[in-house]
Amino acid sequence: MRLADSGKTLGKKLSSALGDSLLAAIVAFALFSLVLGLRTVDSATGLTLEPRPALLATVVAIVFVGRLALNLFVWQTDYPLTRPFAKLFTSEPFETRDAVTLALAFVLGALGVAAGFLFTETLYGLIGALVLAFIGIGLLRRATVRTFPNLPYTQVFVAGGILFALFFPIVSYALESTFNLGLPLRYWFDLSILILTYVMLGWGLNIVVGLAGLLDLGYVAFYAVGAYTFALLATHFGLGFWICLPIAGAAAALWGIVLGFPVLRLRGDYLAIVTLAFGEIVRIILLNWTEVTGGPNGIAGIPKPTFFGLPFSPFAEGTTFSGFFGIHYDGLHALIFLYYVILVLALMTNLVTLRLRRLPVGRAWEAMREDEIACRSLGINTTVTKLSAFATGAMFGGLAGCFFATRQGFVSPESFTFIESAIILAIVVLGGMGSQLGVAIAAIVMVGGFEALRHTAGLQAIFGEEFDPALYRMLLFGLAMVAIMIWRPRGIVSSRAPTISLGDASAISGDLVRQGR
Amino acid sequence: MAYFLQQLINGVTLGSIYGLIAIGYTMVYGIIGMINFAHGDVFMVGAFIALIAFLALTTIGITAVPLALLLVLIIAMVLTAVWGWTVERVAYRPLRESFRLAPLITAIGMSIVLQNFIQIAQGARVKPLQPIVTGGYELFHQGSFSVIVSNIQILIVATTVLVMGAFWLLINRTELGRAQRACEQDRLMAALSGVDVDRTISLTFVLGAGLAAVAGLLYLLYYGVIDFFIGFVVGIKAFTAAVFGGIGSIPGAMLGGLIIGLIETFWSAYFTIEYKDVAAFSMLAIVLIFFPTGLLGRPEVEKV
Repeated sequence: MRLADSGKTLGKKLSSALGDSLLAAIVAFALFSLVLGLRTVDSATGLTLEPRPALLATVVAIVFVGRLALNLFVWQTDYPLTRPFAKLFTSEPFETRDAVTLALAFVLGALGVAAGFLFTETLYGLIGALVLAFIGIGLLRRATVRTFPNLPYTQVFVAGGILFALFFPIVSYALESTFNLGLPLRYWFDLSILILTYVMLGWGLNIVVGLAGLLDLGYVAFYAVGAYTFALLATHFGLGFWICLPIAGAAAALWGIVLGFPVLRLRGDYLAIVTLAFGEIVRIILLNWTEVTGGPNGIAGIPKPTFFGLPFSPFAEGTTFSGFFGIHYDGLHALIFLYYVILVLALMTNLVTLRLRRLPVGRAWEAMREDEIACRSLGINTTVTKLSAFATGAMFGGLAGCFFATRQGFVSPESFTFIESAIILAIVVLGGMGSQLGVAIAAIVMVGGFEALRHTAGLQAIFGEEFDPALYRMLLFGLAMVAIMIWRPRGIVSSRAPTISLGDASAISGDLVRQGR
Repeated sequence: MAYFLQQLINGVTLGSIYGLIAIGYTMVYGIIGMINFAHGDVFMVGAFIALIAFLALTTIGITAVPLALLLVLIIAMVLTAVWGWTVERVAYRPLRESFRLAPLITAIGMSIVLQNFIQIAQGARVKPLQPIVTGGYELFHQGSFSVIVSNIQILIVATTVLVMGAFWLLINRTELGRAQRACEQDRLMAALSGVDVDRTISLTFVLGAGLAAVAGLLYLLYYGVIDFFIGFVVGIKAFTAAVFGGIGSIPGAMLGGLIIGLIETFWSAYFTIEYKDVAAFSMLAIVLIFFPTGLLGRPEVEKV
């Protein structure tokens, strides 16, 4: 229905836009009339229904108005309202109408931020801040590109990011302990550890999905293998984190080969479904093999890592970390140490991937991703190539799982559901399959965005007291997955092009090669 | 023997439900070559629509069982079909010419959206429905064990046979069915011969969702309890059934559904009920690895 027909008169445009929006509203009504307009409530006599006409009307009205606005200002117009925002990220000169639109958006964003601060409406503040950040980053990018056209921007950005990641905990901890600012450090560190875990998982899966082009929907199985390997070794044999880390990685890699072997002959989407089945089988076994895995209760009492044998505890039989260095004990020390452990693990994943991409096996992965049949006819052993990708990806999943176990001190099958695999996959896909930087950004946006949704008290004021924003996280997550895939099928930060290629790299990129069709 | 026969009856009932859902997978795969991962969740939405329609009809005073069942069936089929249409329109059509895995990824996203939407709109707790179709026939008994065919089992198998018959006629005897089969064979050629391919694909999703709604209603009546998560496991089993029967083949989907239903029932009866999903998932892996064309499927030739 995208009719950007400039020959149409205004009246025609308006009527077609209205008709289209009306149709959308009718469809929305049909969709939501029963499942949203009526709510099933438990009562003494069984289930009863509670009508919610206001909610239904609101949703249908939003669909109608939204569709109408899109029709009038984006789809059926010669100059879509979105163009100024797209222009922010190009070097095209601005026209007056672009400037007006952007200025309006800027004012609205500023109003949102102001509302956020004045009335503690976190949601408005958040949206406003996002708008401001979007425009600000765009303008800054334009200005810097114009002033210094030859700077290696990506490298500068990456170096800045790594430096920040390296010094953020130490600097913030030093500031806090010197000036007593009351920063929520424990929360910050917990969140950044979580984000880094997902960055590492994303980079690990990126080897399988992004480089080798094998869609793995059961990646969480390897995460689980790593976590349970450490949990079992620690609780039964009293082994420590540092000994178990390589064992967990090796066990996961072995499982990668074991599970990878049967699926070698399968094509793209069949492979995805079988890996999903394997992931579920692993979870169900963990859930029901109570004698070994503790079943749904999981395994508790997993030890924390030590700093070269020095435990992070206030009292211990030997010397503790704080005792050895003669500093005051602080619970945050252990957390900062965990942060650096996962940071090093994640960076190691990245480094290994970057090096592997330059080795013959990495080249073979990319070639297989682009065209498996051509790859086979050129004499590349696809069996070895696929298995090595599975094993390498699984190994990093296992290492991350081992870290997860030690951080939580507790593992149970609940942490390894399909949805976890879907989140990791979404991070890889949305970041741009094969792009290391994109995956890291996607992990930060996804996990950080989820976390931000947890603090949206403002939404409760709109939707009532029983509204729980945490519930909406997965819904928004799914919507983002669909929207970004449609808007930019190659990911937000896309660099899927092969590392080396003859001539124009874009000419043989994955989008243009449609396998088997 | 009696126990075996009872399990056979139960297995056929379960298999009918799987078969109805499997058709949705097999048709979509046949026509656009993608796994509609969200189909299991469309089935779940259908079950919820049926549940709410039942409650609504009770509230307005329609309690005669045959009339209520018929009305619920129609409401559920129509509204679930709209869901199926919307999912295709929003998540799959824009990606029709994209790389092969793109629609699978949006399908996973859509599946997450549907599950969480129902969880938010209707709550996470399981939804019970008091038995509507009760009673049954005792076939015979052996010692203290009697073999029973309940009315609901008869209803499920009868409805499935009826719906399948109507569906078979639709595919083989109507204009729409011919267009559908043409698109399955060669989309470009069908378009050149004047078949509206987009419309045919939309209708495929509508039909698949309608059948999933029938399955949702039958599931609701059979088990009497649903929640927002039923679509995931049932969906994977139905997909297994579709692959087993030979993906793209409609009679194959029905046959595969029956076989998967029987395998699951007998596994639960004679081995361990905890691992019944493992049985179904392993079945999926084994079938895909060793007989990727299934029982009644055509071998797919991969061309460069």
